[in-house]
Amino acid sequence: MRRIISILMENEPGALSRVVGLFSQRGYNIETLNVAPTDDATLSRLTLTTVGDDRIIEQITKQLNKLVDVVKVVDLTEGAHIERDMMLIKVRANGGAQRDEVKRTTDIFRGQIVDVGPNVYTIQLTGTGEKLDSFVAAMAEAEILEVVRSGIAGISRGEKVLRL
Amino acid sequence: MEMLSGGEMIARALEDEGVEYIFGYPGGAVLHIYDALFKTSKIPHVLVRHEQAATHAADGYARATGKPGVVLVTSGPGATNAVTGIATAYMDSIPMVVLSGQVASHLIGEDAFQETDMVGISRPIVKHSFMVREPEEIPATIKKAFHIAASGRPGPVVIDIPKDATRPDAKFEYHYPDAVKIRSYAPAQRGHTGQIKKAARLLLSAKRPVIYAGGGVVQGEASGLLTELARELNYPVTNTLMGLGAYPGTDRQFLGMLGMHGLYEANMAMHHSDVILAVGARFDDRVTNTVSKFCPGAKIIHIDIDPTSISKTVNADIPIVGPVQSVLADLTEQVRQLRKKDTELPDPGALARWWQQIDEWRGDHGLWTGRRYGESDRIMPQQVIESLYRVTGGDAYITSDVGQHQMFAAQYYRFDQPRRWINSGGLGTMGFGLPAAMGAKLAFPDKEVACVTGEGSIQMNIQELSTCTQYKLPVKIINLRNNYLGMVKQWQDMQYEGRYAMSTYEDSLPDFTRLMEAYGHVGMQVTDLADLDTKMEEAFAMKDKLVFLDVFIDPMEHVYPMHVAPNGAMKDMWLSKNERT
Ligand SMILES: Cc1ncc(C[n+]2csc(CCOP(=O)(O)OP(=O)(O)O)c2C)c(N)n1
Repeated sequence: MRRIISILMENEPGALSRVVGLFSQRGYNIETLNVAPTDDATLSRLTLTTVGDDRIIEQITKQLNKLVDVVKVVDLTEGAHIERDMMLIKVRANGGAQRDEVKRTTDIFRGQIVDVGPNVYTIQLTGTGEKLDSFVAAMAEAEILEVVRSGIAGISRGEKVLRL
Repeated sequence: MEMLSGGEMIARALEDEGVEYIFGYPGGAVLHIYDALFKTSKIPHVLVRHEQAATHAADGYARATGKPGVVLVTSGPGATNAVTGIATAYMDSIPMVVLSGQVASHLIGEDAFQETDMVGISRPIVKHSFMVREPEEIPATIKKAFHIAASGRPGPVVIDIPKDATRPDAKFEYHYPDAVKIRSYAPAQRGHTGQIKKAARLLLSAKRPVIYAGGGVVQGEASGLLTELARELNYPVTNTLMGLGAYPGTDRQFLGMLGMHGLYEANMAMHHSDVILAVGARFDDRVTNTVSKFCPGAKIIHIDIDPTSISKTVNADIPIVGPVQSVLADLTEQVRQLRKKDTELPDPGALARWWQQIDEWRGDHGLWTGRRYGESDRIMPQQVIESLYRVTGGDAYITSDVGQHQMFAAQYYRFDQPRRWINSGGLGTMGFGLPAAMGAKLAFPDKEVACVTGEGSIQMNIQELSTCTQYKLPVKIINLRNNYLGMVKQWQDMQYEGRYAMSTYEDSLPDFTRLMEAYGHVGMQVTDLADLDTKMEEAFAMKDKLVFLDVFIDPMEHVYPMHVAPNGAMKDMWLSKNERT
């Protein structure tokens, strides 16, 4: 099963490599990875998605917790949560019909065209990983030039917070 | 406040930490530190002959005393040479602080002379690591390193120190903190009361109980409590390779070591048990044999300080995370309360039948009571360990290398106390034994320290004979001489029809006796069984000499029992070359 694991860790050099190293060293996989400092500049928030059965996920969370730089770990998929992935996608858009088609699909997915060139559109789209996948599929007719995704960031719904 | 340079702060902080010995080797990146040590430090420094030996010696010291071992090495090759010893300590959860020099900060990343990314290289084999950025951080970093290394589940910590952080002309205010708080690091202090109550009930409901205790009991200083609980309940106890000594080896309730080369009665009792109390053990693959066939009828209570050890390979029915000492104390208390209410707990009839069964197993194939070992006109390796046991009164610190000799020592030397058996269990590092013996001897100069080894292993760190000369370390080396990489040969006999691919070197072994003499030590050969005890006594009678006893044993002997693999259960064992369960 796919899980979204969110980590609060020291914003220290080396902390990220310990987390990533743990995954390769123990044979766990990382599907997406997103990391940035939080409002508290001494802490980073790292969110990753991985797949594994319950035993593996339990080991992953325990192993992460054991890392000295890691302050807190939560498996967001255990409760109600919001997940967002952000994509920037550059497609070829030549001639009126093609440009209209791209624009229409972008509107349907509530994306925004953030850059326009004579032959290309760059579209920004935010949503669940699934939504972004569908958008890419819907763009199959157009020529996709480049895709960049932030990786899933997530947060629990309601009162639950991941803080010190 | 006192003003000290980075190098001086290191020297002082180690003193303030109460460090007794530094094991190390100098080089460019640590010369400021060495100079500061030379000028100011009262801590004796042991100059090894290879950095790997520095880590093993510090490790041997740590295992013998329970205090962190301290290592100082230079950057680049000094640091990489230390890696095997760090990994060895990591696998066995040994507290260690390794200070490695690094090139000056402005050179980092430029492939400077003797630059290597030590923090990166050591990352998967340390409990934690630090890179010093500012000299002012040195005292607090050292404090944190010792705290992390020694608390919770212990382990090695690396501090990488760029050369410029130690320069003598830049001075800083020195203050060594009394305590540290690390917000992201808080090992459990107590076990969960509800879980402990459940565990007490399950433990007392057992009809065929076994206590399975590992290195965590030794590291967690809980041998006394474990013994008390086991005796009170009259439950059988088995120890892992790492746990030998956690329960007295000569006690009637002791079943011996379990696992791949565990005793018949220990493995049989485990397999047929209905409740296993696992304490400070981690269900290692060398213990369980095939996990899916592991102890099918057993409910498992698992006490460990490290949550990742619990339900990692074998599922625990009652997991308890906490220091083994406090959890065992609480568990014993709960057991007593329950037994006050019901004196028929545990069921005395069932327990008597269980002991009867165990005694039968013992009588059939027990190493100490039933079957002995193969016989030939050669000296059998087991007889050497028995002789060593007799001559040292069972009271020596025994280190070992890795191979058949290690297993014979584990099976036949009966450790009555924790910390007396010092071996590389997790990583299985050949070359560990001699430097580890040096560390143990430095820690306990008045105790006998013997290294049980093979000609393969001893040659992996044989250069340390010179260190033993320099520091007058009269350890005894007992070489079980079979002229093979014996354990490799055993596997080749059993699985490769005796094709000895690269496991022989008979023609090229040195004359160990003359080699010892070259270093100023004593070498002796034993070829006749009749001389074994006398020579052994002679060796130990030379109190201030390192003696190397080269005992020519039957090279064809195998270590038994041995788990049948693959697909075997705990109970599936080879008992000799042609007998299996
Ligand atoms: C550093 C290292 N290299 C290789 C091995 C694999 N290995 C395990 S036991 C063994 C043979 C050990 O031979 P020896 O030290 O002579 O002991 P014996 O088995 O003969 O008692 C080898 C090569 C190891 N454990 N460690």
